[in-house]
Amino acid sequence: MITKRIIACLDVHGGRVVKGVQFVDLVDAGDPATQAARHAREGADEIVLLDITATHEGRQTLLDTVRRTARELFVPFCVGGGIRTADDAAQVFEAGADKVSVNSAALADPTLIDAIGRSFGAQAVVVAIDARRDPDAADPVRDAQVFVQGGRKPTGRRVVEWAREAEARGAGEILLTSMDSDGTRAGFDCELTAAVSESVGIPVIASGGAGTVGHFVDVFARGKADAALAASIFHFGVSSARSLKEELAKAGVSVRLPC
Amino acid sequence: MRVTVIDYKAGNLTSVLKVLRHLGAEPEVTDADLAPVEAAERLVLPGVGHFAATERLDATGLTAAIRAAIARGVPFLGICVGMQWLYAGSSEAPEQRGLGHFAESCTRFAESTEKVPHVGWNSLEVRKGSRLLAGVEPGEYVYFTHSFKGPVTNDTAAITHYIEPFAAAVERGNVMGVQFHPEKSSATGLKILRNFLSWNAEGAE
Repeated sequence: MITKRIIACLDVHGGRVVKGVQFVDLVDAGDPATQAARHAREGADEIVLLDITATHEGRQTLLDTVRRTARELFVPFCVGGGIRTADDAAQVFEAGADKVSVNSAALADPTLIDAIGRSFGAQAVVVAIDARRDPDAADPVRDAQVFVQGGRKPTGRRVVEWAREAEARGAGEILLTSMDSDGTRAGFDCELTAAVSESVGIPVIASGGAGTVGHFVDVFARGKADAALAASIFHFGVSSARSLKEELAKAGVSVRLPC
Repeated sequence: MRVTVIDYKAGNLTSVLKVLRHLGAEPEVTDADLAPVEAAERLVLPGVGHFAATERLDATGLTAAIRAAIARGVPFLGICVGMQWLYAGSSEAPEQRGLGHFAESCTRFAESTEKVPHVGWNSLEVRKGSRLLAGVEPGEYVYFTHSFKGPVTNDTAAITHYIEPFAAAVERGNVMGVQFHPEKSSATGLKILRNFLSWNAEGAE
């Protein structure tokens, strides 16, 4: 039986893992390679590394980080942040990533999704979408607005229609972050997640708002998520992906255990 | 131990090369040169992406070289599209022939309410006698990402259930294939790759 994935997310800045709430008050949280290996050992089903301050100058640092992180990592490994062209993606794959996540650059030029998919396969392209409910829209959830630049800049795109376009262009998965829930620890936006998940035929990874094990149970059941991103949960009481998955299994969620 | 990895420009090989080195093998890559295949001790055909990409194997003459190596008894492992290529073909690219080592063809998952591609960790029902999957216990999981799959037949080494039962692994003598990604399947994947690296004709029943 297919299991629900728990994906450990590492935010990286200047070659170091950082912790912070909504991109401010960043605190050093260690070496990416060490942290990724630890998460894999402790049961994470997949690792995502996001370069949160991706700059042109920082590209080489990121590639070095990806190379070091990938070296001894034998679970799926996705890298995002600052991938603007198919060439950028090729370098990240060459360094050892299995998937890349694209966000702003794909909104600026949606053919980037087609281009990466053509060269590396749909399974290698994750389209990350940051969305915020739009109270003025006819349907505030399905028409949640898509944002770029870490949630600072609205694009006018609507979450369901953008997710569908991404799928049609060859995205393999959607990584959906609720800007409303992100950082709140009050739970995922299950309505938003379900609206997207039920509108596309590709897997949806839920992100933003996890504070308790119950929130994960909820986003898999009500939110129809195929996977969920776990980041700060590991700093607040849940010690590892394994213990999170053991709790999920008790609640009836199918997960990879033992792991 | 030398392992010849065939590059047919479908996806990237980094993960496969990395895991082979981790397991103590010395991978060499060939993308058009037939000599490494003709001298191969062990062959791996990885592959992510589209079945049509296997056209390159025909165009370069690699198909014939691989067929000869298999006939010589060289252990062969196809991964993902590399496994699908062992069949007669795939509905993903009907005009493109596979190796035909297994007579059946690969097809897309049937329409259903489940997501396609099948992405994530799923379990294996290992059939008795599989040497590739020796030591894989019920309830161990491996990582899949694919939309097409091979049918369950007598050559199926493991079955996985998603929408319908399909061949997660295929095995007949020195020819083996896995639909999942052992290079991404943590300890279980490493165990399966070790089995492949230690496979020899003497172990045959």
